[in-house]
Amino acid sequence: MPEANPRHCVLVRVTHWLTTIAFFALLVTGIELVISHPRFYWGEVGNVNTASLFDIPIPSSRAGVKTGYDYVLPDQNGWSRSLHFEAAWLVVFAALVYGIAGLINGHFRKHLLPANFSIAALLQEIRPHMRPQSRSGSYNLLQQLAYLSVIFGLFPLMIWTGLAMSPAFTSAFPLAVTVFGGHQSARTIHFFCTIALVLFVLIHVVMVIRTGLKQNLLAMTAGESRDTK
Amino acid sequence: MSQSTRRAWLTALAGTTGLAAASRLASQYGLIPPFTNSLYAPGETLTYAAQRLITAQSMAREFSTSLISSLPVANGEPPNLPEYKKHQATGFSDWQLQVEGLVDKPGTFSMSRLKSFPSNSQITQLICEEGWSYIAQWTGVRLSRVLEQAGMRPDAKYVTYHSIEPGWLDTIDMAEALHPQTLVAYGMNGSSIPLGNGAPLRLRVPRQLGYKSIKYIHRLVVSDRLPEPNQAAGGLAFGYSWYAGI
Repeated sequence: MPEANPRHCVLVRVTHWLTTIAFFALLVTGIELVISHPRFYWGEVGNVNTASLFDIPIPSSRAGVKTGYDYVLPDQNGWSRSLHFEAAWLVVFAALVYGIAGLINGHFRKHLLPANFSIAALLQEIRPHMRPQSRSGSYNLLQQLAYLSVIFGLFPLMIWTGLAMSPAFTSAFPLAVTVFGGHQSARTIHFFCTIALVLFVLIHVVMVIRTGLKQNLLAMTAGESRDTK
Repeated sequence: MSQSTRRAWLTALAGTTGLAAASRLASQYGLIPPFTNSLYAPGETLTYAAQRLITAQSMAREFSTSLISSLPVANGEPPNLPEYKKHQATGFSDWQLQVEGLVDKPGTFSMSRLKSFPSNSQITQLICEEGWSYIAQWTGVRLSRVLEQAGMRPDAKYVTYHSIEPGWLDTIDMAEALHPQTLVAYGMNGSSIPLGNGAPLRLRVPRQLGYKSIKYIHRLVVSDRLPEPNQAAGGLAFGYSWYAGI
């Protein structure tokens, strides 16, 4: 039986899981793509003949990249690139549906926009947050800030820096890449956004488990109301 | 039939008709990529269609001479073929570009004939799908001029270009083939193309990833449909997508 007053409306639940699927597809394929060149640069160009900003200390799937390992991993870039972009389209569609609906039905205003924001309120929220025991019906200030920065900060930046690496896209919108200072800067920012999103997901999952895994999962799937049980 | 059932049927009918019409329109405007693995067809079709729409008139970014990379990556060895070594020994003076398929005047273009056409130069970034990149100046003749000289027929839709290295080949659609920045390049950074970068001829497709810029080209095939995958693009066998504007 659908609940009369679900904690998460059906739209939030569906787009949440679509985004989850897309996120893991993007993460796995993104790692595969990085393995073919685990070096990062700043500015416009970067390659094995130029100095890197930093290297990831992993073996590569290309013999031409000197990694210090004496073996080369198998090339997985073909399917990885195809799946990366297919999952990116999925995330864009989910984001559009979620974003437009959230603006229209007041989801952002009612649930995510902090009612009274101040540094004092933020500090006050951090202390009890380290020992989460009970869960109130609505999001607390830290959650609101985390979700807002992921939804309106990291995700758009991720898609933007992804597009900024496309030679066809930047031929139509050169500003998309020049604002970052060049192709390699966009790639490096794309990588740092990944790290930030992975950290967010890790903390998110830990919090979901610590505040009642079963109840939280039911709320995000079947749509159980905040008042049940 | 209840009213809601009828409404559902009408919606389904309208949806199917809409999809069919959209697919007809899309293929009419060249928005459907020719090769897609069925699993990735939705994503590749969306990317190709979206980019064909937004890049109809767009030019790949060009850079100032000061940004030219001092050490462009060769990424591989020149072909280890007796035929290639023979050309190398004579400074590629007898290298020829063969043009065949849907053209009125099939035949070969010598290096001197290619260089007799007005030349075009561009300083563009070669972006490898792996993530690395370099900026170089490329000089050559527009592919569109070569195709025009060969008398390309109006029903031509694709150009396949072959490296002398067996298995290295790729195909572009007319949107890319006739683009003013798509060059049959014979010069790089002010002199001939170095061996490792594709001497003596390289097809430069700056709006797509590096693997579409095939080195050591000696043969162009113009067609109205794509040939079998192994005759269209070397990367398809390794799961690399045909369209690489991404």
